[in-house]
Amino acid sequence: MLTAVFWFLALLAAASGFMVFRVNSMARVTIALLVSFLAVGGLLIVLGLAYLGAVVILMMTMEMVIMLVFMIAYMTNPGGLTQMSMYHNKRASLSIAVGTFALLAAGILAVPWPRRAGQPPASPAFQLGQALMGPQMLTMVTLGFVLLATMVGAVVLATSRGRYDRFGDDLRRRSPDDPLRGGVGQ
Amino acid sequence: MSIQLFLLLAAALFAIGLYGALSQQSIVMIMMGLELMLNGVIVAAGAFWHYVAPAAPSGQLVVVVAVVAMAVEMATGFAVATAIFRARDITMSDSATDLKR
Amino acid sequence: MTSSQPAPGRAMVTSAPLWSVLIVPVLLTAFAIMAVLGDALLAARAAGRPLLTAAAAPAAGAARLLIGQRRRTPAPDALLWRAGLWTVPAAGILAALVIPFGTVTASRMSVGVVWFNAMEVLTWAGLWLAGWGANSALSLIAGYRFVAQGLAYELPLMFALISVAAGAQSLDVADIAAAQSHLWFAVWMPAAFAAYLAGVYAFSFLGPFGAPAGHDVAGGVLAEVSGVDRLAIEAGRWLLLAAGAGMAVPLFLGGAAGPVLPAWAWSAVKTLAVLAGLTWARGRLPALRADRYAEFAWVVVLPLSVAQALVPALVDLTR
Repeated sequence: MLTAVFWFLALLAAASGFMVFRVNSMARVTIALLVSFLAVGGLLIVLGLAYLGAVVILMMTMEMVIMLVFMIAYMTNPGGLTQMSMYHNKRASLSIAVGTFALLAAGILAVPWPRRAGQPPASPAFQLGQALMGPQMLTMVTLGFVLLATMVGAVVLATSRGRYDRFGDDLRRRSPDDPLRGGVGQ
Repeated sequence: MSIQLFLLLAAALFAIGLYGALSQQSIVMIMMGLELMLNGVIVAAGAFWHYVAPAAPSGQLVVVVAVVAMAVEMATGFAVATAIFRARDITMSDSATDLKR
Repeated sequence: MTSSQPAPGRAMVTSAPLWSVLIVPVLLTAFAIMAVLGDALLAARAAGRPLLTAAAAPAAGAARLLIGQRRRTPAPDALLWRAGLWTVPAAGILAALVIPFGTVTASRMSVGVVWFNAMEVLTWAGLWLAGWGANSALSLIAGYRFVAQGLAYELPLMFALISVAAGAQSLDVADIAAAQSHLWFAVWMPAAFAAYLAGVYAFSFLGPFGAPAGHDVAGGVLAEVSGVDRLAIEAGRWLLLAAGAGMAVPLFLGGAAGPVLPAWAWSAVKTLAVLAGLTWARGRLPALRADRYAEFAWVVVLPLSVAQALVPALVDLTR
């Protein structure tokens, strides 16, 4: 039963991953990627990682919806109503990808994988949380800082307005003089 | 359902993502390829946790780091794409050569 | 504090057999129908219309939609449109799988809270696709309205769920219900409760967060939908509301615990109370536009939610 679920999810993940680069409509491309992620989330649950599987499903749905907004905004054929082919180096990249897969597959099938060391804990989520709060605190802190830096950096990169747009010429005004209304303090 | 099958799936996702990242012209489509590659990493890390070392949290930590890397890559990628789009009204990676000497 | 196992929950909730998964949609639909009827009766009484015809109107409308024809728009993305529309009721039913009713739950997941969160996030994808698939401008605008609303409500809702999970030291819904034997979480985590109820309105796009289906965009995501698809998405809103109300009981109102009545009766009574409150307030609150509350949500509500999540953590530390 679990094997059937595995095969279904694995084939779904690979097939929808492949469809990402074959479909014309940008909305369908993003949904294909979302389906691939949902299948991987399901596979994590099959592996016993219930918390991580649920988190992958949760995060990837939100990320893909936000990605949809950007895809529709920036891609030239969002509705997929015309045929388009936006590739360069198609043959070279295909050969590199196939070669990489062949190399990895050879390694996977040839390596004698070690036997299982230990039993899974009663609560893998607790194991993860304890590790992140204890021995792996450095990882936790690094991830936190990276996310903070990303947030600040992304906003700085993407914004087209600055302090002068909000306050006008005198930056020491008490209340903003913004042509775009709204916001805290206005 | 063995470790080899999971790792083969991870390799397949990685290879498909690599194909996309190398062959696509648009920045956002390259990001899709990168996301698929990280998807493969997530499957591989989960499989390693389950089949090799379930008593240690390391496999789960790799999954967490991969998920955070995905989020960071997406955020930064879209911020850069927005900046390029504002400057140039198009998001082709071939024209994103600002840092090139 | 250095045990390698999580704190054992004193929960007496058991997982029901597999076929009980089929009962969940039936029970959820029953609660949703009660909410719809209550809403229709309240609206009729406020407008001075006769109550009996108002009570029959939802059933008549549903029957009409069931046999109605599907409207066709030029060049729709039919696959994504249908998928988006039907995701909304599916999300409600899937989210309700982890809600305990009395002493039984359809799925005793160890990460029930995260599953509930993940299933309600599916409405993000569902509503955007429902707006996109119709190839209609107003429909698309409404889909984007929901994404803007989603960005505002999701993080406070997630922190509210984190607060109750931290208060019970478990992600299992039954453990959270059992941890309220002394005091309900709604009493000492009111900000989390408020954020949760706002989130319930928001993910079912009803009441103050009904802009994606608003009158000013000709019905929004409902504009181009007709027939059984329309029944699906309109029912989906109320199913999500019922699921949110049902989840509020184990998370904030002590679960099925209470004197005199059996456990399932307390679950039903508390769920109906929350549902009645949400339905009554729905008619009294104005619809809000996302650009008016987005900054408030991120600058005021979100830090408040983070501070609220600190409270159970401090309580656990000093216990």
